[in-house]
Amino acid sequence: MYQRLRTFLFVGPGLAWLMFFMVVPCLLIFLYSFFERGVYGGIVYNFTFENFDRAFDPLYLAILLKSAKIAGLATLIALLIAYPAAYAIARAPAQRQPVYLFLVMLPFWSNYLIRTYAWIVMLNREGLINRALLDFGLVGEALPLLYNEASVVTGLVYNYVPFVILAIYSSISRLNPEIAEASEDLGAPSYKTFLRVILPLTLPGIAAGAVFVFVLSIGNFITPDLLGGGRVQMVGNLIYDQFLEARDWPFGSALSLILIGVMMCLLFAQAVAVNRSAEGTR
Amino acid sequence: MSARIPRRRDPAKLFLGGHLWLVYIFLYVPILVLMALSFNDLGLPTAWGGFSLKWYSELAQNDAVLRAALNTVIVAVISTILATLLGTLLAFGVERRQRRSNSMEALLFAPMIIPDIVLAIALLSFFTTLNFTLGLHSIILSHVVFNIAFVCAVVRTRLRNFDFSIVEASIDLGAGEVTTFRRVTLPAIFPGVLAGGLLAFTLSVDEFIIAYFTAGAGQGSTTLPMQIYSMIRFGVTPEINAMATIVMLVSFTLVFISQRIDRKAISQ
Repeated sequence: MYQRLRTFLFVGPGLAWLMFFMVVPCLLIFLYSFFERGVYGGIVYNFTFENFDRAFDPLYLAILLKSAKIAGLATLIALLIAYPAAYAIARAPAQRQPVYLFLVMLPFWSNYLIRTYAWIVMLNREGLINRALLDFGLVGEALPLLYNEASVVTGLVYNYVPFVILAIYSSISRLNPEIAEASEDLGAPSYKTFLRVILPLTLPGIAAGAVFVFVLSIGNFITPDLLGGGRVQMVGNLIYDQFLEARDWPFGSALSLILIGVMMCLLFAQAVAVNRSAEGTR
Repeated sequence: MSARIPRRRDPAKLFLGGHLWLVYIFLYVPILVLMALSFNDLGLPTAWGGFSLKWYSELAQNDAVLRAALNTVIVAVISTILATLLGTLLAFGVERRQRRSNSMEALLFAPMIIPDIVLAIALLSFFTTLNFTLGLHSIILSHVVFNIAFVCAVVRTRLRNFDFSIVEASIDLGAGEVTTFRRVTLPAIFPGVLAGGLLAFTLSVDEFIIAYFTAGAGQGSTTLPMQIYSMIRFGVTPEINAMATIVMLVSFTLVFISQRIDRKAISQ
């Protein structure tokens, strides 16, 4: 009994805060999603499934699918960039590895809006990339590089790739080098060693990095807003509009729940992947 | 060490090294371009008009920006103090318990992964339902939510190597629970607490969406990220390059400090 009271003394205040300012607000959203919207934007307390029905309307389903597509592309590109980079760092001399990692993570700690804005400057019609292309005579006129899906994907990859490198690095550096040596001693060519031994063993890091990018990308608001310039709409923007512009809170809540549902499925899949590979090495 | 054996150039190694360089170029060129432009007298990305601090002095005279910076510091300092206090206690309580509870782990993990926009609308709905007046205080209350989780996570990694039997010893010797925490536990985990606090401060300074939704309609509670957002969105002026440079340098300084603390803690 005393033990319990003691634990509560430490855990209680923080837990109460999370309950009051996170769990209760999220439950509220959950409830809202089953009610009707009032004529002037309020909530009418009539139970309905209509909000979820509407979310799967072709118009909104298209936005959900496009968000998934953009997030998927960003994830794939981030993994392709991050894996060799993490591998290179893990292969570097041990005393240099922290410095390399620090340099990867440093931009990650600066303001997200500013990092995204930097790409507006880069991709602009008068931006650095167009300038360079024009100066070298590679293109006749400035390319419309900004405000399309590609610029949104670029922004997402740029913002999240440092974390993916970190996640994969920690997986690779935990790898016992003797395993790869054993595989090569037994006559496997190095590409086979990589594909059949190293890659499967670093799957937890890949899964962690991939889920991280995908989850943060699919619910992203800032990047599509700034780099998509209103022309690329993702779920995050849709939720934003429902709350601040259309004033349809129940529908916005339903969309949020769907987003959280997708996320939970992915986290569950990641946990399974990690468990499997843990069993595999046993 | 054996003598240097002349190695043959391994193409895989060359590729990896080259790739890493390209990644660094990808990561740093946009930032460095932005910083360079902040000193461009013309304020244009296209042409260099000579070195100038013009945009910095204009920034220093922009009252809206200064007010927003002050608001950000107020929000970040108060939410960091609250979150560091609550998060540290939480970490200690959770790590001392023998049993792991899954619902507790989920609750502590949730604030770190819930999309910002979802937490933002949830808090807006919550405050509105309670008829709570919005302002800087509601931003602070909201920032504490995710900051608790991050502080707790950082402190917990420190507590993994902490020997809880010294806590029991202190209590057996007659020190109270609070005295023990203050005199025994806290000094041992202090680097972790400091690192967690710095992380919370950085996150709070940078956070945009939740602040945007919970700030209310008044201009008085605009934070720096909200100011940056409206400058990007509604009319880009070269002042923003100067502001971006300052904000980045401040963040980088904070990271350097927390790295130092980290290294000291490890060497201890």
